[in-house]
Amino acid sequence: MAYTVEGKGPSHIGIRMSNDAPPSHKEEARAQAEEALFGFWVFLMSDLIIFSMLFATYATMTHALAGGPGPKQLFDIHSAALETIALLLSSFTCGLATLYMRYDGSVKKTLLWFVVTLLLGAVFLSLELHDFIAMAAKGGVPSRSGWLSASWALIGTHGLHVTTGCIWLLIMFAQVAKFGLDPLVQTRFMRLALFWHFLDVVWIGIFSIVYLLGVIS
Amino acid sequence: MSADPRRERRQELHGYIAGLCLALILSAIPFAAVMTGALPRAGIVWTIAIAALCQVMVHFRLFLHIDLSRSHRDDLQLILFSLLIVVLMVGGTLWVLGNQRAMMG
Amino acid sequence: MIHFLFGELGYNALPFYSAIATVAASVVVLGAVVVVGSITWLRGWRALWSEWLTSVDHKRIGIMYVVVSFVMLARAVIEACVMRSQQAVAYDSPGFIPPEHFAQLFTTHGTIMIFFMAMPFLIGIYNFAMPLQLGARDVSFPVMNSISLGLTSAGAVLMMISLCLGKFSTGGWTGYPPYTELSFSPGVGVDYWIWALTLSSLGNTMTGINFAVTIYKKRAPGMTLFRMPLFCWTALCISILMIFAMPPLTVATLMLAMDRYLDMHFFTNALGGNMMNYVNMFWLFGHPEVYILILPAFGVYSETIATFSNKRLYGYTSLVWATVSIAVLSFTVWLHHFFTMGQDGSVNAVFGIATMLIAIPTGVKVYDWLLTMFRGRIRLSVPMLYASAFMILFVVGGATGVMLANPGFDYQVHNTLFLVAHFHNMLIPGLLFGMLSAYHYWFPKAFGFRLNEVWGRIIFACWTGGFLLAFMPLYIVGALGMPRRSQEFFEAVYQPYMYVALAGAALVFCALASMAIQLWTSIRNRDSLRVFAGDPWNGRTLEWSIAAPPPEYNFARIPKVDSVDAFYQAKQQRTAWRAPDEYFDIPLPANSPVGFLCCVSGGAFGFALTWHIWWAVVVSALVFFGSIVLRSFNRDTMRIVPSGEVQETEENWLLALSETPPVANEAMFTTANRGLVREPV
Repeated sequence: MAYTVEGKGPSHIGIRMSNDAPPSHKEEARAQAEEALFGFWVFLMSDLIIFSMLFATYATMTHALAGGPGPKQLFDIHSAALETIALLLSSFTCGLATLYMRYDGSVKKTLLWFVVTLLLGAVFLSLELHDFIAMAAKGGVPSRSGWLSASWALIGTHGLHVTTGCIWLLIMFAQVAKFGLDPLVQTRFMRLALFWHFLDVVWIGIFSIVYLLGVIS
Repeated sequence: MSADPRRERRQELHGYIAGLCLALILSAIPFAAVMTGALPRAGIVWTIAIAALCQVMVHFRLFLHIDLSRSHRDDLQLILFSLLIVVLMVGGTLWVLGNQRAMMG
Repeated sequence: MIHFLFGELGYNALPFYSAIATVAASVVVLGAVVVVGSITWLRGWRALWSEWLTSVDHKRIGIMYVVVSFVMLARAVIEACVMRSQQAVAYDSPGFIPPEHFAQLFTTHGTIMIFFMAMPFLIGIYNFAMPLQLGARDVSFPVMNSISLGLTSAGAVLMMISLCLGKFSTGGWTGYPPYTELSFSPGVGVDYWIWALTLSSLGNTMTGINFAVTIYKKRAPGMTLFRMPLFCWTALCISILMIFAMPPLTVATLMLAMDRYLDMHFFTNALGGNMMNYVNMFWLFGHPEVYILILPAFGVYSETIATFSNKRLYGYTSLVWATVSIAVLSFTVWLHHFFTMGQDGSVNAVFGIATMLIAIPTGVKVYDWLLTMFRGRIRLSVPMLYASAFMILFVVGGATGVMLANPGFDYQVHNTLFLVAHFHNMLIPGLLFGMLSAYHYWFPKAFGFRLNEVWGRIIFACWTGGFLLAFMPLYIVGALGMPRRSQEFFEAVYQPYMYVALAGAALVFCALASMAIQLWTSIRNRDSLRVFAGDPWNGRTLEWSIAAPPPEYNFARIPKVDSVDAFYQAKQQRTAWRAPDEYFDIPLPANSPVGFLCCVSGGAFGFALTWHIWWAVVVSALVFFGSIVLRSFNRDTMRIVPSGEVQETEENWLLALSETPPVANEAMFTTANRGLVREPV
């Protein structure tokens, strides 16, 4: 049987690495990065099913108010609009950060934009926390009705994901401090960026289905 | 991979800016529709649905860089298959439980 | 203070409420003591730690998965025997097991068999064989692989602990609310069930991701998707099923947990909860799960039938498409598990028809296997015996499946033993026989010696005979109307069938005992069973082209593939086993304790949540995530096997190979087989 030449897998396209490693290492790092990114996409799709199930449960429970407060009383649509803007801007800054990382290899600019992303994420989370407190104050606690359980679970799961993203960003700052922007740190940032953009896509579903359709029901 | 990384960088930057603008507009439309209440209810629902679908596509194309090029084929196939499963699961759930609600209601 | 330290855990958690429970708990504790004692006595701790628990080698992880599944199989078979004994004496009599204990037994039996026997067994077999068949050195994410193993084992350990501390759930393996809600099941049983399942399904999702990426990105050069062995195709399909079907289960169990812990109302009777949401989501997972369990066996049979018929697999492409269509169709039929929910007849009709459609690709497969055997040089090895039994029994089970797909018929036999007979008829020939043949088929590859043939045949006879005796009567009593899960019954007509079923259970127990004996004698006589040359069955796929057991790096040089059955073809053209002209250093993933830490902290997390020990919940969660985060700061994750070492290992093996006398086809099962078979003319 024939054998392959070591270190020369099939060529991969897609990820740009701005480091000066020798070509074979570069090739290998690229193949590994591609594998990691594809694996992360697969994870995101699995996560998408989790959100789909939460959305489906929510949709089947829109009538399950059990005499408790409903979306009209509980949802603050202005706050939802602000959250939408914060998250959207954070997606943009996150994109900028990866751009500076991949093309310029500039640690300073990359970090700057990721810090802005983190701050916008924190703004989003504090607005959301504020919403939750306001809801609870109006009697909209998750144990009040099936619909409230479903809304808290759906919005809360998204919020938990954003929190995870923020903690992940902090960990990545520590990694940059220790390793600089080496290829492994770069692929981790790429995955984090995918995660962040993905959460923004899920948020589109939340503000459309939960908030907007909720208040006009 | 195209030969000129600088051009590619510029294109991508423009992509992010265009993505931000489009997404802002596509979020603003449904929010405005709901806040002003200018449309009849069915009209608002359709506005929300169409704007959301468009915005999801904008995000996938301009932020997540999913396109029809060869290098993204695996990712695209994966996403399309996931979409099929989501449609089956969510659509099926809504149908089955909606039907049960109507029958037992 | 005591409550802070131990939560709800107290002396009354100890299993002294019935003699049987006390004995069972003592057996578990005694078993653990014996294992720990003998490892200490053999001074095995260091080797256990450095060669197994921290290993990220896919072969070792695969073997550990199978070990977990064997332990759990033993427990669940014994539970089945106890239940059969109870039902044999339960006519108009309470028998020897009180109802609550009986309910625990059928719950743990089902939960274990699905999540802690079947899943680890098949994942273990794939872990071992699939990367070898692909010509890869490991899976894509080796450390994640060991974390998956850790989470599944943590779930299994939680199941074992539940025997000793507190009572397990009585809600059946499906755990339907509202019965499993706090108001009807206030104890810790349902919590044990929730966390054991959640841990294992997280592990399985990760395995699915890992396998799918491995198959997509790690195939040997030249191995296009349509040149993969069929076993790898089934691996791809079940990974996709795991990626998309495990999340609904996770969501359903976590929502039930939120109902129980946070007083929410997803599935409760009051305040707008809807239990059918749970049932719907559970089966959105549950039906694809059925195919996660059955497709691996299809993959194994496709390999073993081709090998032991000495023929190329008939209709490879049609088998691939049949596998893929089964996988996709499996997402469209979940409602047939609750035809009686109360929905419209037209909904039932749609799902009934979709269910019947699955019989078509499955039929294609059976014909393909039959035609592979047609005019082949069939050798009745143990895997071949299982394959033959499977093809007959599975068709019977499939036929009753098509009967059940008819909603009208389903209403009649809903919740009776007919259903129990049906799914055991699918899962024993369709999962267990497949996995047992995989065990016999790849055991020599994993350990370097064959399993005892005679005992292999005895096990086969016990399993098939036991299965037939235990489950064919259940079809009849089911059709007569006997409900499943009955602790006591009052119809005299059921009684004789229960005796037959008990005899079947006894035979299955003999099969279990024979498996232990087979392993024991095979290990004792391993020197006469050795197959170091590595190809004892005249194999067709890449895993047979290397030594048995394989070196840790699998392939000294990654092979190039240009057809299905590339290794067999190379043997025909006399180009197999060529020494490479040059050897290189081989980088391999280094050992990591993360998987083990995740196992311990994940298990502690589940246990602490079950017993409401909140400080331990926080601590174990911190350890869990902390170990993963700390690991991400470790850059010393690879280890180099120097080319000199590779060369020495390979040359030793090639020398042994050239000195191995090839055995005649007919003598394959004798001790003359040293791992090389002469091609029959």
